[in-house]
Amino acid sequence: MASLVSHPDEVRVVSKRFGQGATNIDRYVDLDGYKAVQKALGMQPDEIINEVKSSGLRGRGGAGFSTGMKWSFVPKQSAKPKYVLCNGDESEPGTCKDRLIFEHDPHAVIEGVMIAAIAVGSHTGYIYIRGEYRYVSIIMQKAIQDAYARGFLGKNIFGSGYDLDIYWHGGAGAYEVGEESALMESLEGKRGIPRIRPPFPAIVGLWGGPTVINNAETLASVPHIMLGGSEWYAGIGTPKNGGTRLFCLAGNLNKPGVYELPMGYNLKKMIYEVGGGIPGGRKLKAVVPGGSSTPVLLPQEIDVPMDFDSLAKAGSMLGSGGVVVLDDSTCIVKFALRTIKFYQHESCGWCIPCREGTDWLKKTLTRFHAGAGLKKDIDNIYYLAENMLGKTFCPLGDAAAMPTMAFVKKFRKEFEDHLEGRPCPFEKVGAVEQLPVMA
Amino acid sequence: MPDVSLTVDGRKLTAPAGTLLIEACKSAGIEVPSFCYYPNLPLQGACRMCVVKVEKMPKLQTACTTVVTEGMIVATDSDEVRQARKAMVELLLGNHPLDCPVCDAGGECELQDMTFSYGAAESRFMEAKNHREEQQWSPVAYFDRPRCILCYRCVRVCGEAMDVWALGVQNRGVNSVIAPNQDDHLECEECGMCIDICPVGALTSGAYRYKTRPWEMNHVGTVCTHCGDGCKTTLGVRRCDTGMEIVRGDNRDKSGINNDFLCIKGRYAFDFAHNDERLTQPLIRKNGKLTPSTWEEAFGLIGKRFAEVRDKDGGSAIGVVGSNRTTNEENYLLSKFARVVLKTNNLDHHRTADYAAFAAALHGKPGKTASMREVFNAPAMLLIGNDPTNQHPLLAWQIRNNVRLHRSRLYVINSAPIKLRRQTAGFGLVPTGAEARAIAFLAGDDSLLDSLVSDITNRDAWSALRDKIRAEQNLVIAFGSELRGADIQKLVNFASSLTAVKLICLSDYANSRGAADMGLYPDLLPGYQPASSADKFHHEWGGLPTEKGLSLPEMVDAAKAGKLKALYVVGSNPIGRLSIDPFVFSKSFVVVQDMFLTETATIADVVLPAANAYEKSGTCTNTCGDLQLVKKAGEVTGTKPDFEMIVRIADAMGFDVRKLVPFGGGTHADMGQTRGAQSGEADRHAVWLEAHNLEPKMTPFDPIAILDEIQRLVAGYDVSRINLLAGNDQHIEIAESGPSVLHKPELIVPANDDLFSSGTLGRYSHTLNSVMENKPAETDVAAD
Repeated sequence: MASLVSHPDEVRVVSKRFGQGATNIDRYVDLDGYKAVQKALGMQPDEIINEVKSSGLRGRGGAGFSTGMKWSFVPKQSAKPKYVLCNGDESEPGTCKDRLIFEHDPHAVIEGVMIAAIAVGSHTGYIYIRGEYRYVSIIMQKAIQDAYARGFLGKNIFGSGYDLDIYWHGGAGAYEVGEESALMESLEGKRGIPRIRPPFPAIVGLWGGPTVINNAETLASVPHIMLGGSEWYAGIGTPKNGGTRLFCLAGNLNKPGVYELPMGYNLKKMIYEVGGGIPGGRKLKAVVPGGSSTPVLLPQEIDVPMDFDSLAKAGSMLGSGGVVVLDDSTCIVKFALRTIKFYQHESCGWCIPCREGTDWLKKTLTRFHAGAGLKKDIDNIYYLAENMLGKTFCPLGDAAAMPTMAFVKKFRKEFEDHLEGRPCPFEKVGAVEQLPVMA
Repeated sequence: MPDVSLTVDGRKLTAPAGTLLIEACKSAGIEVPSFCYYPNLPLQGACRMCVVKVEKMPKLQTACTTVVTEGMIVATDSDEVRQARKAMVELLLGNHPLDCPVCDAGGECELQDMTFSYGAAESRFMEAKNHREEQQWSPVAYFDRPRCILCYRCVRVCGEAMDVWALGVQNRGVNSVIAPNQDDHLECEECGMCIDICPVGALTSGAYRYKTRPWEMNHVGTVCTHCGDGCKTTLGVRRCDTGMEIVRGDNRDKSGINNDFLCIKGRYAFDFAHNDERLTQPLIRKNGKLTPSTWEEAFGLIGKRFAEVRDKDGGSAIGVVGSNRTTNEENYLLSKFARVVLKTNNLDHHRTADYAAFAAALHGKPGKTASMREVFNAPAMLLIGNDPTNQHPLLAWQIRNNVRLHRSRLYVINSAPIKLRRQTAGFGLVPTGAEARAIAFLAGDDSLLDSLVSDITNRDAWSALRDKIRAEQNLVIAFGSELRGADIQKLVNFASSLTAVKLICLSDYANSRGAADMGLYPDLLPGYQPASSADKFHHEWGGLPTEKGLSLPEMVDAAKAGKLKALYVVGSNPIGRLSIDPFVFSKSFVVVQDMFLTETATIADVVLPAANAYEKSGTCTNTCGDLQLVKKAGEVTGTKPDFEMIVRIADAMGFDVRKLVPFGGGTHADMGQTRGAQSGEADRHAVWLEAHNLEPKMTPFDPIAILDEIQRLVAGYDVSRINLLAGNDQHIEIAESGPSVLHKPELIVPANDDLFSSGTLGRYSHTLNSVMENKPAETDVAAD
């Protein structure tokens, strides 16, 4: 279990029960657990959806789509069963927040799925857990068993007459399956390859039924909104960006870790105060603000509120909340290579631009970093990424293209330095090795 | 649904609502390139070549997954779009081996075409390409991963369209690879659709690979000579030292009744034509041994002996056996030759379906037969007996894809759980031989229900099946040789009680239907006219024998009794196929026309080397009654078409061939029989002939001379000649035939061929043999 960190600026909503032994169902119930779902059972489905809508809760997986809106797209009447899916396939490099929720507060996720199911009229929920999080599956399995044992799940939950089943499912180790339609393919036992959209999952999703799919953090926030009220939740963040967010601070920081901060918290403050600044008196070089797929920010660009809209304005994305801080000992070419290696490894291979583009980017960057680059390679790298952007079947290609383009654009000088006949102008590599990625 | 209007490249188009943008563009003549999009296969959106700019959409959209909407404004050829396609081709070529000079697909490769249209001239990459060794998946399928562009067409055509599911994708990312689902080899129907549909040279055929360059072939569109479905096939031919060799079979132009479908036999099993055992010289038995001779000697001998027998013992001492694979013209000529020249009604063929009973049952009931095309669009189908997957691959394809694409309802009544059961809306398992009882039950006879019940289909299931079938408003019924004689009459009666039913009588060989239609029967003339009372033919042909002739088993009995003095076998192997004792004919003068020294040919006194259906012109009629043109493609020096041989024998018997083949007047078309169909050669030859005033006139060897007569005299065959010669299929109406007669059921002997066998002919196909040898032995599961 990852050790917990804290800071006075934190507003603990989702992380309220972290470190309190809430994996135990009795303890969870003591800590106001399963109250929100009972409240929801007493409400009309539209009331629940409106409550979530007005809370300003937006998808914590990275896209930032309004959660209440998503729920409202599910048709009231459906010939096929409706489903609620929890996307716990947390794989974006730099992101490790869902893991903490599963580790410390699994019942909150279950409760979130339950409320979503009641809101859209579904009787089946699935919690899909990243394949590498094997131990998390065990925690979740026990949590679900305990909930069934208490009669919180199954037939006639809380005496309401409402039947609801929830299952957990483990992935097989594919980043791509974090994409919602690929996750459904995987859940159905097929290759984890995204689907053609439209139709969107809310209309045709898992096994062809209308499906709500939300990130684990999003769903874990829902019970708190139900209990605390949408007004309270919306008040925590900035306008249109309700609530708090688990930020994963990583890289060259004195106090890396997962912190729950209000939406719109200043990035600079986050790095220097919450994260404790950069160790060894080194200087900040760059920040990846929302997981490895988001365009890098330069030190002069980091005085920005961390919410979806402000970061979009700054030319980057809030993404999944994985903040990676790089100090001046980092070779950006190597960092770019490390990033693209991940996407090359994780590309599902379905469409041409992503499959071939990530591979040629990796090959070119490998050679470039090793000192055998040509001047035209810099443009070629940009050209490759540019021609992947927006042309791929799913956003994985964009996720590889966007940071690459930003690296070339913002650090062209450093690329040119690699051409001087040296393999790499940086003797020691800094943050690259600390970037928490697998593979 | 109402049409929607949209603007593409400044042009106003309308298309039915729900049309895919790529199809709407295509029908307006605007090309949107694609690799992975393929009509009638599931959508992929994987190759990203068909991206177009749709106004108000932030990103480029794939035209193959976008449905047209009202007022949509689309640009298919903007700079942004062209750049996207150029980048896509660049990325594909990055790992492509560019071995076009030795690649089978070179010259007809979609990646080459795409590179020509959109490709870049410069190269951006320096690193080594990803390489994998070539793999052989089956005797006919090879896979070269580096050439593969991962369009997944092969996976889909094998899965969804063939329902075989032998191919899948392994690994991910740049390591993704198409792979057999079964270890390292294909366990499949070997149809070769995956190879055919591959846009590049990644999947290549064992029969064709490294044999030729595409542009060195001439292409001849003809009809497959194997099963009774009559698939159109385009044969690639090229010169060889013994004539013209067929090197490839496909139907890429999607013409004909089968679109681009061919099974293993159509695609590869033309190779019997160049088997080493092919006969290329007439053989005459001298001192007990078959000895090579000349055509003149052979025809002289046959003419003399046939005339002697006819004049001394009468025509009834001569037996004639026709073929299921010769053309309609040849069958008609043989029917006429037997009656007019040999003066005998002792004429038969290997009957695999009871068309005589079918004609009798449908006599005077027009519009009751379905064409092969109709099977693809029928709202509902009922299949009784037969296993189309093995015996009628095209029919199976039509049924399967009709269910998949049009949600047609399929009902199957069979004594085995055949593969098409997977597509059924209702399946009735009957005890062996109980198909006719099932029809009686469908018609309302509940007393038979108990005898039909099985574990798979209980009483309720049978009743439900009957209700469903009777409720169908528009049904196509196909039935196999399980139903014969009076049972066919009962089926037709049942069918008449339903709203709208069309029928298909399934037979086993390429021209089984034509053999029946052309009167290769001892008691029926062409068009199912009883030999005893067909005034039309008596008038046209002159004096005909009217007494009923001998059927094939009766000929065997007559031979045993020493009464059959001569036997003339045209393209048939009754001894091999029908288990006839060869010594029965030891006292008869036996003449056999065949490609090979078959069991029947080995006992002959004279063997004439025959051309096969790929080496002649004419027409043939498939099992549904679709009439199609057969064109000459291959050529083996030293062989002659059966048509020519029959005429030569008549001539050698002193018969005025003008009375047999009305040549010399009327039509001046030439079907290519007399001068070869290899277009380049033929055209030059024709120019030369015309320049020297030697333009060939009609000859008695030209089948079109007798096609005139067939169209005039055989009921149902008076279809548009222009349409026929243009290569279109035309459905023959059997209802206009004569009253016909009912025969003994045991005269029908099904061929029982499967996907990898094809009568005697199949034994000479290297491909079919090698595929069969490579099939894992069927392991019997021990009952526990």
